[in-house]
Amino acid sequence: MMHIESPKQLAEYRKKCVAEESKYTRKVLVCCGPGCLANGSQKISDEFKRILSSKKIKGFSIEALRDTGCHGYCEQGPLVIIEPDGTFYTHVKVKDVAEIIDETIAGKKVIERLLYCDPDTAKKIEKYSDIPFYSHQTRIAFRNLGRVSQCDINQYIAIGGYQALAKTLADMTPEQVIKEVSASGLRGRGGAGFHAGKKWATCAGIQEKPHYVICNGDEGDPGAFMDRAIMEGDPHSVIEGMIICSYAVGSNQGYIYVREEYPLAVVNLQKAIEQARELGLLGENILGSDHSFDIHVSRGGGAFVCGESSALMKSVAGEVGEPRAKYIRSVVKGLFDKPTVLNNVESLANIPVIIDKGGEWFSKIGTSTSTGTKAFSLVGKVNNSGLIEVPMGTTLREIVYDIGGGIRDGRPFKAVQTGGPSGGCLPESKLDLQVDFDTLTKAGSMMGSGGMIIMDDRTCMVDVAKYFLSFLVDESCGKCVPCREGLYQLHAMTVAVSEGRATEADIEKMEKLSDMIVIGSLCGLGKSGPNPFLSTVMYFRDEYLEHIRNKRCPAGVCRALIQYTINEKCNGCMACITACAHHAITGKKKEPHFINQELCDKCGACYAVCQHDAITIT
Amino acid sequence: MVELTINGRVVHANEGEMLLAVCRREGFRIPALCHHEAIEPFGACRLCMVEITKKEWKGWSNYVTSCLYPVEKNLIVLTDSTKVIELRKTVLDLQLARCPNSPEIRQLAAEYGVNQTSYEPVVDGDNCILCGICTRICEKMGFSAISTVGRGHDKVVAPPLKEAPPDCVGCLACSLNCPTHVIPYIDNGSTRIIWGRTFELIKCSKCGKPTITRDFAESLSKTKSIPAEYFEVCDECHRREISLTMGSIANWEREAAK
Ligand SMILES: Cc1cc2nc3c(=O)[nH]c(=O)nc-3n(C[C@H](O)[C@H](O)[C@H](O)COP(=O)(O)O)c2cc1C
Ligand code: SF4
Ligand code: SF4
Ligand code: FES
Repeated sequence: MMHIESPKQLAEYRKKCVAEESKYTRKVLVCCGPGCLANGSQKISDEFKRILSSKKIKGFSIEALRDTGCHGYCEQGPLVIIEPDGTFYTHVKVKDVAEIIDETIAGKKVIERLLYCDPDTAKKIEKYSDIPFYSHQTRIAFRNLGRVSQCDINQYIAIGGYQALAKTLADMTPEQVIKEVSASGLRGRGGAGFHAGKKWATCAGIQEKPHYVICNGDEGDPGAFMDRAIMEGDPHSVIEGMIICSYAVGSNQGYIYVREEYPLAVVNLQKAIEQARELGLLGENILGSDHSFDIHVSRGGGAFVCGESSALMKSVAGEVGEPRAKYIRSVVKGLFDKPTVLNNVESLANIPVIIDKGGEWFSKIGTSTSTGTKAFSLVGKVNNSGLIEVPMGTTLREIVYDIGGGIRDGRPFKAVQTGGPSGGCLPESKLDLQVDFDTLTKAGSMMGSGGMIIMDDRTCMVDVAKYFLSFLVDESCGKCVPCREGLYQLHAMTVAVSEGRATEADIEKMEKLSDMIVIGSLCGLGKSGPNPFLSTVMYFRDEYLEHIRNKRCPAGVCRALIQYTINEKCNGCMACITACAHHAITGKKKEPHFINQELCDKCGACYAVCQHDAITIT
Repeated sequence: MVELTINGRVVHANEGEMLLAVCRREGFRIPALCHHEAIEPFGACRLCMVEITKKEWKGWSNYVTSCLYPVEKNLIVLTDSTKVIELRKTVLDLQLARCPNSPEIRQLAAEYGVNQTSYEPVVDGDNCILCGICTRICEKMGFSAISTVGRGHDKVVAPPLKEAPPDCVGCLACSLNCPTHVIPYIDNGSTRIIWGRTFELIKCSKCGKPTITRDFAESLSKTKSIPAEYFEVCDECHRREISLTMGSIANWEREAAK
């Protein structure tokens, strides 16, 4: 690889990359994002390689086979897309590969069976862009995901990568960069929604050196994988964002803090950093300018709280990742007590586009106070789970129904949980809320880093609060009393509600305790810790009261309060008998069965297997 | 000099001073359990929280730990506002659920009207309030023999791997500074046992009384370049020796003056 010495040389280099890419009109994109990998897409890619390496196909070369980052529609995975037509194959299996090669790649014929089927119209849809899941999205942070190989700098450059960096170094002063980012209105995607431009300006304005740039790739929210998808599938956009930031704030050293559970992200980031160094996009005198910057990948401390800024910086410095009280902000006194800009992965991935197209362009997307788009990981009882990116201001209803395809099995919607473990649950009456930082906070939830869990009528909100509180009790660092002991007691009281042991006065006590935890805790974890309780008790108070007054769990979830019985619909199929691990069900074939309540463990296995609606929960 | 108002009284403080120190100097009582003069403020017990506001904040106020909050010009501080008192009560109530048998916590809680915890007592709770004074002071001494292990509600103070700590010198800094006195040690004349280790106690070469542990003396003479012989004599005998020397000098001077 050559060492590029100027923006002009980069432009020439880019021409070569574009020429190389244009050789491959037909491309096979195998999704190797987290969801598809879990469903075996690596084997599919290997099968493509195996067959294609021994088979000559006119107009197609093996270089045009790409393991890409996440396409988002994990529900339908493993996914294979054939360009230039955008033919979208779902649920692909290893045995389908030979057929795809013969029919679609060599024969240019579409295989009906593998196409996406629209559940509303029952029609097959051939093209990627016509599928409702995609047609309602706007992809900025995810712009390259699924389009290029996971970390190939030439492909990244060919589709416009590092152009923003060249523009920054050749035509802009640091002040202009900050002005552009400020004009974009970009707010931090890691949770707090702080204005990135303001943060950068504060750091740039501090005399004391050195300055550091850190990318927060800790992504501790269970179920969320937006940042992971970007780091694994498009690491260069994060790196480019960081270099631009470093130029703006005058920093020569950056760190990417990656969650311990993301080994592939570490590998791909390191590979990408190496490629960037070789080309002269990282290191001394980037593109021949006066600016030097390098990046080190730092592995996470393995705790949720390590994503919190002060804990993260301690962890990067090699200390125990425990938050410290900061009445002096980390942008003034951060890593090694030096001025530090900490930004989230998604925030940084937006930066190159903002520089490319201008802050004003970006600010027109979304709402006036929350500009741009937001990535979400849509999971739970929704038909289309996966990664999505929508303009800020999109309503929850559009996300759940238009993109998410509604609730599974046609059940009623009950709540959507946003903001990660310390976020909140919003009921159906809030479905028309626009998703942006301020609206969600006002409604008692929060944006968080973008987890979105959809719940149906079979979800008990007391149980949900209990689940998230127990996560937070485990993840509290244990330093300060309100969080460590307060969340512990709040969880214990939620358990008491779920077991019918609580009184109405306890609810008030829990509310008061929550208030104290919020004002008394040291870091954001404790301060937002009571949210799972507060938001559920705000919108689903009746459900709490039902547990307390009538010792009943309306959703049929809380084990201490429910009973499984068999009703008259039972036709004696014996499925439940086999499913019950506690030998609590008796009955002969084709005769009604019976559940012995003393033996029943209330695990719900019978309920799950019964095809005849014959199990009643009361 | 910085001018600020505490509970309605205008006071002055030095730039960089923490609110807790200033409040206490001015005679305002603020409880604190994780604060120790010898080490950096930590912000864990949350008892020292106070309410702060400023005229220009237009009625908005904030709750901060005074041990960590540097004084600011025109700050208006309330050390005992309703919310602050409620917060301290809650914190002490929670602490009592964890260590119902600690006399120190019981007494402090009683001062705030909490005589019994209103929460479910914590199973296996001991009297450690996890203030971190022991571990931080140990680190400050340069030994870092103990640390907190685990996180959340299961966090405990322990030596590495919960085995006898190799870096401990038996100085007792942890035990003597623990606000709830939960770190036991045994001195039996010639040896000291702490954290599962047994240390030799140096005997004063003059009076025979035990002084400090041999490990501590060796470490001090190494790191602070104090001659090893210094530790062979106990503090009391050192003082006696000095007073004898001083007495002799005074005598000589008197003689010389004659
Ligand atoms: C308990 C806790 C966990 C957090 N975890 C993350 C995380 O995993 N990723 C992240 O980007 N920000 C996380 N944050 C937010 C960061 O502290 C910080 O605000 C953010 O990284 C700043 O970047 P941004 O302005 O680009 O969002 C967490 C905050 C708290 C209090
Ligand atoms: S709020 Fe919780 S996580 Fe944060 S410092 Fe306190 S104990 Fe640790
Ligand atoms: S042992 Fe004592 S000093 Fe150490 S953390 Fe516990 S209470 Fe604090
Ligand atoms: S003394 Fe300030 S938090 Fe403990």
